[in-house]
Amino acid sequence: MDGSKGPGLSRRRFASCATAAAAGWIMTACGPRQLREMPRARIRKALKQLDREYSTRYGKNVTVSGAPALPGVQFAYALDLSRCIGCRRCVYACVEENNQSRDPQLQWIRVLSMEKEKGIDFAHADAYYNPAQVPEPGRFYVPVACQHCRNAPCTKVCPAGATWTEPDGIVVIDYDWCIGCRYCMAACPYGARHFNWTEPSIPKNDVNPRMHVLGNRPRPAGVVEKCTFCIQRTRAGRYPACVEVCPVGARKFGNLLDKDSEIRYIIDNKRVLVLKEELNTLPRFFYFYAT
Amino acid sequence: MNTIRQFSTFIRGSVALVLHGGAAYRAWLGFLAVLIASGVLAYANQVRHGLILTAMRDQVSWGFYIGNFTFLVGVAAAAVVLVIPAYVYNWKPIREIVIYGELLAISAITMCLLFVLVDIGRPDRFWHLLPPFGRLNFPRSILAWDVLVLNLYFVTNLAVATHILYRAFHGRKYSKRLVVPLVLISIPMAVGIHTVTAFLYNGLAARPYWNSSILAPQFLASAFCSGPAILLIVLQVLRRFTRFEIRNEAIWKIAELMAYAMFLNLFLHGAEAFKEYYSDTEHLLYTRYWYSGIGAHTTLVPFAWAAVALNVLAFVLFISPAARRNCITLNIGCLATYAGVYIEKGMGLIIPGLTPDALGEIYEYTPTLTELRVAAGVFAVGFLVFTLMLKVAVPITLGEFTASSGKSQARAPGPECVSAGTP
Repeated sequence: MDGSKGPGLSRRRFASCATAAAAGWIMTACGPRQLREMPRARIRKALKQLDREYSTRYGKNVTVSGAPALPGVQFAYALDLSRCIGCRRCVYACVEENNQSRDPQLQWIRVLSMEKEKGIDFAHADAYYNPAQVPEPGRFYVPVACQHCRNAPCTKVCPAGATWTEPDGIVVIDYDWCIGCRYCMAACPYGARHFNWTEPSIPKNDVNPRMHVLGNRPRPAGVVEKCTFCIQRTRAGRYPACVEVCPVGARKFGNLLDKDSEIRYIIDNKRVLVLKEELNTLPRFFYFYAT
Repeated sequence: MNTIRQFSTFIRGSVALVLHGGAAYRAWLGFLAVLIASGVLAYANQVRHGLILTAMRDQVSWGFYIGNFTFLVGVAAAAVVLVIPAYVYNWKPIREIVIYGELLAISAITMCLLFVLVDIGRPDRFWHLLPPFGRLNFPRSILAWDVLVLNLYFVTNLAVATHILYRAFHGRKYSKRLVVPLVLISIPMAVGIHTVTAFLYNGLAARPYWNSSILAPQFLASAFCSGPAILLIVLQVLRRFTRFEIRNEAIWKIAELMAYAMFLNLFLHGAEAFKEYYSDTEHLLYTRYWYSGIGAHTTLVPFAWAAVALNVLAFVLFISPAARRNCITLNIGCLATYAGVYIEKGMGLIIPGLTPDALGEIYEYTPTLTELRVAAGVFAVGFLVFTLMLKVAVPITLGEFTASSGKSQARAPGPECVSAGTP
């Protein structure tokens, strides 16, 4: 095989050039890509496609937002343990807002009933309390969802880089990238992450059509999901659904960098605590006793 | 062209060898085929309906599959336990059987990778981990490390074993320049796959049962028991049914090494139990769930004590020279080791680690029929791979199966001759 005698372009050379070109094309322009590395133009196209796909599937006008984090925003949450009555309205408002599976039931918020005598003690907590009336005497309630840790153990362990912290502090999951290994669930100290053990199902009428690509759009089977601080609402200047629905005003949400915000007032003036402080997860979700 | 012809002789010869065998061989393959078919059907169902067919839920998000994975990473250590005395101390009786340790490691890693595959929710997205198309979260995710070291260990063992066998098939000595460095590298690598797999759990502060620095040493200790346990039985079977010879001293020496490893394993368990029970913090809950149960939740307790009893029995049998030299007590010891380590390192590691869950809920996990069938299928694939590799490897090392087919060449591979001369 002498180069000078053979054709100008050997078969081998052509094959390797063609392969490299194809690989380059797939990797840069149209190939499958993780959401967070996608160019903006491609994200817009992908969102349009999702709009159409969900609109057909659910028979209503669905819009999927890709709103990015706003500059100068650091979200935080605070929950007043002295007010919470354990009614679980937040749990179900969250299910409806965030298109969680109704069958099998999947819930991002878990409300734990605890004994006042023992204080915050997970070993004696009861998530399945079912009395005729809440609050029960001698008990208090600790709702737990994703704590949006600043030092998140879940994003660290993900082998595929399918979950990360956004610039405004929201920990998100790319449902199209998650491989379903559930390592993040083992790493989460708050039981905040939930897995779609089978195809989730939501009745068409109950689907919330205002979606965010990293938030409440319907998830496929075999991936992990969790609270996103209602990213579809909060990035559009609204409160999370659980804050709006709480009948006793126990839930507070806002921008830490805004000096006049309620959340800033609470952090500055109340005695706040975080769950499992010793793990150094640095949650953005604070608990406090206002009274 | 000569290479291709040589290689195709090897392949055709191997296929012919694998296809022919006695009644026992065919029955064994048939048995494995049934298990594999059942596993494939169960897995197909699981893919269709989702992991809801398993008993895993949000509370206990890993179960039988990951337990088996962890145990089998330990079995893959078998090779290294043999390699150390063979190459480092140049102890000849063991050096002749190193190749079988490597074949066992290959089968064990195959099963490990399959157990991870059947456990993940989206096997269709496995390529998301493979650069350049995917994205491996290296070095932050320990699971990314595990993917890397397991595959490297797999490739290294495959390369060494294939090279030795292929050279022997052509009546040539293996290249010492290639094999010795690879074998020496595989020692820290075997330690590495165990350490990384232990760190996988160890690094999670959310699970106090795993978040103990004793975990990695304890993984190594139990691995040095379980791998050789299965290998000792395989070697005896080979000695019985083929012309393959292995000196008793080699078997006894391995059993003796297992006794020391088992002592270390029991000691580390004891140290951990002391720390938990004496300090009596809220983290004791998980250890209590394993050894005595919490309230009415006592599913695991019989398994916990069975594992302790089996491990102690194995230690007693292997530490006394008379018992490890007796064929019957030796094999009882092997089975006890295998069962004991299987319980403590599979279910005994994963389930109490996740029960009670992060918010204190107790969900009692017991594997479903789907999980048992899929797991049996994966084990059958591993045993099939091992059987087929042995079917080719044994005649080659005995000099019965060579390039000049049929004619018996009594040239077993040995390290004496360094040069790679052509026959």
